[in-house]
Amino acid sequence: MAVKTRRYSARDVTILVIGLGVAIVVNVGLVWGPTLASVGLSGTAWNGIGPIEWVGGRNYHDLAAEYPPFWSAVRNNVLWLAFLGLVATPFGLFCAVLLDRRLRLSRVYQSALYMPVVLSLAVVGFIAQLVYSSDYGVLNAVTGLGVDWLGDSSINIWVVMVAAAWRHVGYVMIIYLAGLKAVDPALKEAAAIDGASERQAFFRVVFPTLRPINVIVLVITVIEALRAFDIVYAINKGRNGLELLSVLVTENIVGEASRIGFGSAIAVILLVISLAFIVTYLSQLFREER
Amino acid sequence: MTLTAPASAPPSQARGPAARRPVRPLRILLHTFLALVALGWLLPLALAVYASLRPYEETARLGYFSLPEDLTLDYYAEAWIQAELPRYYLNTLIIVIPGVLITLLLASFTAFAIARLRIPGRKALLIVFTAGNLLPPQVLITPLYTLYTLIPLPAWLSDSQSLYDSYLGLIVIHVAFQFGFCVFVMANFMRTIPEEISEAALVDGAGVWKRYWRLTLPLCRPVLAALSTLQFTWMYNDFLWALVLMSSGDKLPVTSALNNLRGQFFTDYNLLAAGSVLVALPTLIVFQLLHKQFVTGLTLGSTKG
Repeated sequence: MAVKTRRYSARDVTILVIGLGVAIVVNVGLVWGPTLASVGLSGTAWNGIGPIEWVGGRNYHDLAAEYPPFWSAVRNNVLWLAFLGLVATPFGLFCAVLLDRRLRLSRVYQSALYMPVVLSLAVVGFIAQLVYSSDYGVLNAVTGLGVDWLGDSSINIWVVMVAAAWRHVGYVMIIYLAGLKAVDPALKEAAAIDGASERQAFFRVVFPTLRPINVIVLVITVIEALRAFDIVYAINKGRNGLELLSVLVTENIVGEASRIGFGSAIAVILLVISLAFIVTYLSQLFREER
Repeated sequence: MTLTAPASAPPSQARGPAARRPVRPLRILLHTFLALVALGWLLPLALAVYASLRPYEETARLGYFSLPEDLTLDYYAEAWIQAELPRYYLNTLIIVIPGVLITLLLASFTAFAIARLRIPGRKALLIVFTAGNLLPPQVLITPLYTLYTLIPLPAWLSDSQSLYDSYLGLIVIHVAFQFGFCVFVMANFMRTIPEEISEAALVDGAGVWKRYWRLTLPLCRPVLAALSTLQFTWMYNDFLWALVLMSSGDKLPVTSALNNLRGQFFTDYNLLAAGSVLVALPTLIVFQLLHKQFVTGLTLGSTKG
C-alpha cells in the first residue's frame, strides 16, 4: 500500500502479459475449458469420431435408470467418504493429539504414520493384494479364515477402504499436528489452571480454535474420496464390487466402447459434488483473509 | 495471513519438566499404543519387502506369513532387467523434471504478480487457479482426451504426431493441474515478505522481471524447496494421467508401468512386490532426506497461523 504511483515500462507490461497470459491460457485451456466442455458433452451422444448429437438429459436418465454400476459406484463413493471422514480422519486427529506433546520417539512415530502418504495409491493397491490375497495373503494366514477379501463383492470395498485409510490417516495427522503446534500454549495452560481435564481442555478450548484446519481437512477428505481411483484400478480395474464414479468415467472413454457423452454425465455429477465443497472452502478462506 | 512451519515448536514450552517427570503408567500406555500403531503402519511395507525376497514357489506353498527357507534378490533383477524398469524410470524423469521446473517457474511468476504487483483482478485469478487444482481429474478427462488427440505436434516432438501419447502432453497436464496449488502457496508466502525490499528496488528503477527474478525469488528458496519436493512426489506418483493420455507401453512413467508386471492370466505377486518396492523407493528416499521440506510443503498449503 505504501507506494500508490507505480509506473510500468513497456517492457514490464510485455513481461506481465506474457507471463500471466501463459498461465491463464494453460489453466483455462487444460483445466477449466475441458471442465466446461464436460458439462456440454454430457448432453450429447458421441463416440469420439462421428457426429455429435444433442440428446438433452437422456444421459442422466440412462445413468440413473439403466446403468446398474452407477448406483453401486454412488454407494461406494458415499461409503468411501464416510469411512475416511468418520474413521480415518478422527483417528488421524487422535494420533496428532497424542503426538502433540513432548514425547520421546515422537519423530519415529510420526515418520511411520506418515510413510504411506508418499506412496502412490497404485503401489498401495498392489501392497493390499499381498495382505488380502485369499490363498497366500497374510490376513487369512493370521486369522485362519479362508475369505476371498478382494474377490467377494460384498466385502472387498471395505478392505480396500482400510488400505486407503492407511494412507489418509498420516496425511490428516500431519496437518492437524501443524495446526495444534500453532495453538497458543497459554490457552491450554489457562484451561489446566482452571481445573479442566485434558479431555475437556481439548474439546472445549483447543478444538474450537482448529476450525480453519477442520475445514481444510474436510475438503481434503471429500476431494480424496471423490478422486479415489488408482487403488481400485490397481486391484481389479474397479469392477466386481469396487465400482467408483471416477472409474466409470474412465471406463466410458478409454477403450473401444467410447461413450463420451455418457462418461461426461458421470463426470458432471462428480463436478457438482466437488464444486459444492470447493466453493465452501474458498469462501471461508478468502473471507478470513480480509 | 501468516504461515506456520510445523518444525517451529512454541518456545514457551520448556524442555526441562517433561524430561524429569517420573514415569507414569499413562505415559507407558501412550507409548505402547503409539508403538503398536506405528508398527501396524509399517507392517504392510515390511511385508512387501519380505515377499519380494522370497521365491514364488515357496510363498505359494507356505503363504506370505511364514518363515523363509530361501531369500533371493532374483525378483529385483527380473523387475529391473526383464520388465525394463530403467527405461520407465527414465520416462518418469523426462516427464517429472520439466514438469516440476515449469510449474514452479510459471506459478512463482503468477504468484509474484498476484501478491506483489496488485494487478487488477488478482483475487479472482487466485480463486480460479486454486479451485482448478481441487477438481477431481476425472471431471476434465474426457474433453482433455479428445483435445489431446486433435492437437497436432511435429514428429520430432511426438512420434504419435499429436499431443496424445506424448511426453509433452503429460508434462503440460501436470503443469496445468498442479499450478493452482503452487500459486496459492507461493502467493501466501510472498505476502509475508516485507514490502520495503521491493520498494527500495523500485526507487532504484528495477523492472518487473528484475524484481521477480533477482529480488523476490531468492527469498522464496524455502518454499520453492518444499514445493519441489512435494510436486516431485505427486507427479512421480501419478497413475491416472498416464493411463488415459498415453497409449504406447514404452513411454509410460514407472508408476503406471508397474501394471505391466501383472501377467495376462497369471500374476506373480512376489515379482509385483519387488516392482512396487522399486517404484516406491525414490519417493521413500526423498521422504527420508527431505522430510522437513515435504511436511512444510503440505502444511504451507493448508495451515494459516
